Amino acid sequence: MKPIFWKELADHFGSWRFFVFMIVILLASVSTTYTASETILGNAETTDDIFVLIFSTSGEGLPTFIWFIALLGPFLGIIFGFDVINGERTRGTLSRMLSQPVYRDSVINAKFLAGLTAVGVILAGIILISCGLGLFTLGITPDVGEIMRILIFFLLCLLYVGFWLGLGILCSVFFRQAMVSVLVSIAIWIFFMSFMSMIAGVVADQVYPVDRYSGEQAVLDHNELNRQINLISPVHLFEESSDTILTPEKHSLDELRQLLSYLKGEMIPGSVSVRQSLILIWPHIVSLIALTSICFAASYIRFMREEIRAT
Amino acid sequence: MPNPLVETVDLTKAYGPNVVVDHINLCIDEGEIFGFLGPNGAGKTTTILMLLGLAEPTSGEARIGGYVTNIHPMEVKRMTGYLPENVGFYDDMSPVENLAYITRLNGISDREAKPKIDEVLVTVGLDHVANVKVGTFSKGMKQRLGIADVLVKDPRLVILDEPTTGIDPAGVSQILDLITVMAADRQITVLLCSHLLHHVQKVSDRVGIISRGKMIAQGTIDELSTQLTDGTQQVDLEEIYMKSFSEGIA
Repeated sequence: MKPIFWKELADHFGSWRFFVFMIVILLASVSTTYTASETILGNAETTDDIFVLIFSTSGEGLPTFIWFIALLGPFLGIIFGFDVINGERTRGTLSRMLSQPVYRDSVINAKFLAGLTAVGVILAGIILISCGLGLFTLGITPDVGEIMRILIFFLLCLLYVGFWLGLGILCSVFFRQAMVSVLVSIAIWIFFMSFMSMIAGVVADQVYPVDRYSGEQAVLDHNELNRQINLISPVHLFEESSDTILTPEKHSLDELRQLLSYLKGEMIPGSVSVRQSLILIWPHIVSLIALTSICFAASYIRFMREEIRAT
Repeated sequence: MPNPLVETVDLTKAYGPNVVVDHINLCIDEGEIFGFLGPNGAGKTTTILMLLGLAEPTSGEARIGGYVTNIHPMEVKRMTGYLPENVGFYDDMSPVENLAYITRLNGISDREAKPKIDEVLVTVGLDHVANVKVGTFSKGMKQRLGIADVLVKDPRLVILDEPTTGIDPAGVSQILDLITVMAADRQITVLLCSHLLHHVQKVSDRVGIISRGKMIAQGTIDELSTQLTDGTQQVDLEEIYMKSFSEGIA
């Protein structure tokens, strides 16, 4: 498995995709963190944990850092995964490779790990650069809790991109042509990115119809169902969990419920511990891992018994 | 009598009702060059894939060096070098890098592999382009690199699938010479698959003819002529081979 991993990694680092994506993501992240820090400086009355807010605050006209990763993460994963198997097939190297004493599952594993490492380098790079920029513009240093939060956020990003990488590899196993593979992956991405929330909205409206005479409970139920359906989508899993870990004041996943409890005076606004935030997002982490495992299982089942012809 | 290196017992492969390989009984002894002849679509490549554990037999089994191929594919692949019909290389890598990748996949350390790679590149006459990117190679050069590719892992058995197709006459004789050399100098057993009778005839010790998934005849070239005509008359092998073609079409 090691030789495949190192070869793939070397290929990634030398490829144009790696270079182009590094630059695109770098530009996006630097500009979002910069405008975010401007906003944070603008309303300085916020709590102790200011530093992590550079990732979860939106600035003037620019969305949050989390949003950018939610948008570009799938691209990253798909770009590094969509042609790993069918590319070898087209070049005629697959049958040469598989006639060597290597297990087929280790081919998939090595390629996945190599892709994840390449993506991890990009993500770690931009998160560190953003932190550096935050240090510079905000002029404060993160405390241990905040560093923990940023680390967890990094792992969430990896998990999220890992899912899309797994999906890309799955498509590359199923579709002979790289073009079909990339189109199918992107179709799935668009579905999760935009259609999922529309479907969730429609279903929630049907089950718990809400108008301006509705009671508090109906609104909360409507909101909750909408959120639950959205959570099937890895995009929402990532957005919600990242937002929770990077917004220390968030102590409920349901923002409406949290706001209500403030208004009613049941709770006083304030930060929760890293542990509490982690408990909140634990189901998200498990779901992301489960979704990735489904992609893997399907790839294995298809690839293991497949006949490898040199065409 | 020594055990045969390659043996198949009623090896069969069917895709639905379509039987591509039909109860093939193949037997290749250690050290010989076996020519596997048959028209396109006769089932040669499918048989090879089953020999390597790259396809599952519908029934029957194949053994290489005593290992049942679809149960112990790793052992089989360790001792077998396979050159597929349309072999591909990583175009952006040099021959040395391409071969080094194969040795690493075979668990050979880089230190051991280095002299081996240099040696096989000399054998196939590609040492002068050892560090040029493979993308610039001609088909003939790629085919010779393919032979280097199977030799570098020190196999006991080499399976070549149509190694002479699409190569110019000079290239063909180079490749056929290489096959003779590898069998003579390295004591490697060779399974040579081709639809070109003349090429197979030139180098093979024994020949098997397959048509429409069935093995029609197997043996030395002399044996074949008697076997197929009940010894009543001497016929040209070519005639028999052409006959198997026309049957294949009909």
